[in-house]
Amino acid sequence: MRIGVITFPGSLDDRDAQRAISLAGAEPVALWHGEHDLHGVDAIVLPGGFSYGDYLRCGAIASHSPIMAEVIDAANKGMPVLGICNGFQMLVEAHLLPGGLIRNDHGKFVRRDQVIRVENNTTAWTTDFTAGEEIVIPLKNGEGGYIASDETLKQLEGDGLVAFRYMGVNPNGSLNDIAGLTNPRGNVVGLMPHPEHAVEAGFGPNTEVRMRSGVDGLKFFTSVLEGVLS
Amino acid sequence: MPTIVVEVMPKAELLDPAGKAVAGALARLGHTSFTNVRIGKRFELTVEGPVTDATLAQAQTIAEEILSNQVIEDVTAVFEAK
Repeated sequence: MRIGVITFPGSLDDRDAQRAISLAGAEPVALWHGEHDLHGVDAIVLPGGFSYGDYLRCGAIASHSPIMAEVIDAANKGMPVLGICNGFQMLVEAHLLPGGLIRNDHGKFVRRDQVIRVENNTTAWTTDFTAGEEIVIPLKNGEGGYIASDETLKQLEGDGLVAFRYMGVNPNGSLNDIAGLTNPRGNVVGLMPHPEHAVEAGFGPNTEVRMRSGVDGLKFFTSVLEGVLS
Repeated sequence: MPTIVVEVMPKAELLDPAGKAVAGALARLGHTSFTNVRIGKRFELTVEGPVTDATLAQAQTIAEEILSNQVIEDVTAVFEAK
């Protein structure tokens, strides 16, 4: 299985995402924002970072990149797409997921190992989790406050489209503690925390067993692998 | 060159953390007459040739579809700069 990771000007975590894909047992494929070519990949990751310096709005300019035409087309045909942090912001700017992300309510950048609950384990990126499983992955953002109209929030909650919820601490003022969303089909998933930073012992969040041994993020990538193979 | 100005503001019902931070600074500096600050954006679009109803309409479309995100922001003005 080949999973594409798109690099935009200002992407930071594209190499981390590629490594996570390798560790999950798939082949990472580096894709470039300026091309109109997905190189035949089976799934796509929009990585974290600060594309275009967060100018205009986070993810806004990147969401109009040449390759996004192909991404939107592939997503609408059912290809698994995962947007992490800045990638999540791109997905809402591209209207593949509803709502918007604004500056953290406390006004500060936040970096913490964050507990989130997997609310929907039927998406392309979450089938390896159990329903309601609580996991710890790093969070790092300045504009991660999720907002949507009351009507949209009702629909998201009613249809089970809230994929992940912050537990313990709401780190950025997100409405309903929403950390991530899925589309109704379950192939497009976006979240602010970073699963690709919790895939390798020695470089993840602390656990009760050992420092930096958390690898809860790996299941995102093994989930999509199984979905495409089956 | 003729210029069209587009102004975009965060939706009134949403928290504007940047504006809140500035309001806090003003209060600390003793400018107590000002109770609230909201921060928006002003875009200046330079136009090739004269500004017509068509270019203004085009600017309105750009303002709504690209320069703002209607989920979190409102376009509050689109006009030709004098």
